Amino acid sequence: MNSFWKTRRIPLAWLLLSRQPLRLFVALAGICFAGILMFMQLGFRDGLFDASVTVHKLFDTDLVLMSPRSMSSISMSGFPRRRLIQTMAHDDVIGITPVNWNFLLWRNPETLSTRSILALGFEPSDPLLKDSRFAFKAKALNIRGRVLFDDLSRNEFGPVSKWFLEGRTVETEVAGKRVRVAGLVSLGPSFGADGNLITSRETFLNLSPSTPQGSIEIGLIRLKPYSDPEVVVTSLTKSLPNDVRVLTRNEFIEFEKNYWRTSTSIGFIFSLGAAMGFVVGCVIVYQILYSDVSDHLPEYATLLAMGYRLKTLLGVVAREGILLAIMGYLPAYASGQALYALVRNATKLPVQMDIDRAVLVFSLILVMCMGSALLAMRRLVDADPAEIF
Amino acid sequence: MNLPSKEISPAVDIRGLNHWFGNGETRKQILQSISMQIEPGEVVLLTGPSGCGKTTLLTLIGALRKVEDGDLIVFGHQLRGSLRKNRQRLRRQIGMIFQGHNLLRCLTAEQNVQMGSDLLRGFSYSERRNQAREWLKVVGLEDQMNKLPHDLSGGQKQRVAIARALAARPKLLLADEPTSALDSSTGREVVDLLKRLARNQSCSVLMVTHDPRILDVADRLLKMEDGRLIPPVR
Repeated sequence: MNSFWKTRRIPLAWLLLSRQPLRLFVALAGICFAGILMFMQLGFRDGLFDASVTVHKLFDTDLVLMSPRSMSSISMSGFPRRRLIQTMAHDDVIGITPVNWNFLLWRNPETLSTRSILALGFEPSDPLLKDSRFAFKAKALNIRGRVLFDDLSRNEFGPVSKWFLEGRTVETEVAGKRVRVAGLVSLGPSFGADGNLITSRETFLNLSPSTPQGSIEIGLIRLKPYSDPEVVVTSLTKSLPNDVRVLTRNEFIEFEKNYWRTSTSIGFIFSLGAAMGFVVGCVIVYQILYSDVSDHLPEYATLLAMGYRLKTLLGVVAREGILLAIMGYLPAYASGQALYALVRNATKLPVQMDIDRAVLVFSLILVMCMGSALLAMRRLVDADPAEIF
Repeated sequence: MNLPSKEISPAVDIRGLNHWFGNGETRKQILQSISMQIEPGEVVLLTGPSGCGKTTLLTLIGALRKVEDGDLIVFGHQLRGSLRKNRQRLRRQIGMIFQGHNLLRCLTAEQNVQMGSDLLRGFSYSERRNQAREWLKVVGLEDQMNKLPHDLSGGQKQRVAIARALAARPKLLLADEPTSALDSSTGREVVDLLKRLARNQSCSVLMVTHDPRILDVADRLLKMEDGRLIPPVR
């Protein structure tokens, strides 16, 4: 503390910036703009990846069994149901839920147009979702031809939730067969699926007669508390034939995200957008700092003549960079939060401000400002104290 | 070279100093075998027509330029072949007052002076700030402490510059036409102030000037022409 007061100097960097409010404002607006651009692009990118696993995250499961031929949620292959039953032999497995997973055509009850919807079929007495109220709703599925409709589905599927809540009987066709909506669930649209419905295995097989009786697309496996999923995955993989894959819940989620990350150009497009923001920010900050140093060159030269070290002056420019980064980041963060809320409302995409991205964008802004400061410092070398006399 | 013993060593000791500008064909000799001494506490005025090399001599003494030929010893430190770092350290003992005041536009009068006292080591921030205030009081600007240079008159700015130069407690003060931007009475005041304060600090002064009205403040007058010192009249 004592040495702080001994070494404390006039806050030159701050005064250089703050005594030119217009220039400071332009610089901050530029940094803020770059920050917002990066927040939006990265937010969209991560949001879209997160959106691809909205349903995956809701399953009440520890491990997932699936066919090795399944590429993603939009191209699931079936595997023999008995493989799932075989896993019951493992000591740590306490419950299983076989799930059928397929896209079927849903007829909009209002406009009568059809649209592809993700249909999940399971035994209504088995646990499926983590939501504790779901088991109660699932009882309605015991009657044949009843479905639960996802009220977060996109509006193109018709005003199903609205009609249902008004107390009307909502009946429509799925894959050309009559179904009745027996309840609402909240899953959320994902990349592959604009909407979801859940039904009993019996109804599912009726709606999708091409699915073989003994075939399922996903097997949910619940483990004893405190058992290590990784260990169980290893031993199940060893004991089961290679016509199935065993994944942990996180691997299952990553598997889906990875498909969208690697098989589509989404990641590239949005990363490129963020890079553009970064470059624009660099140019603006460099311009501001360079002209700031140029304008004050005689003053820097005076300081050199007085006996200040070049290192001290470089430190002043570096501090200007840090101050700009911090002051530009705060409004960018606030605007990012606001815009994320806007995007969530408009698109139902799960775009969230997370710590990782907040830190990443701050680091990028800091790199941007410090890099520009470094380039601007080259101008300082031109400050020749002999020229000022 | 035999250095004289410490008690009588001059603040500045110049022997056979030559300096050139430019290269090859256009190379032009600016200073020709300059020899002079400045004793501690002495006020020396340097006059001469413009372009005769006065300012170059000043920048050489101020350790702002590399010495090319000859001996230039400031406070016992040989500047010929001296490293940039050593010259920078030496500059802390040399106060400079410029033709244009060269104050930092973004700092108040008080902060500008404190840029001078900030060069001193071993004082806390508030001590250095108080010193800056004291200096402003000495130059008669205690009411203008929080004004930016922009809001000060020419004479006031030059007085802030003097306060800034003295705040670093230099042993040698170099001034390049400090009165050229001032009217005659203000110029007179500033120079008198400068001389009085330098005396109190036992600080040597080398002042370049064209201004005939202030020649009488000098202990010694030097004249320069075409890069040579005209034999001094003591």
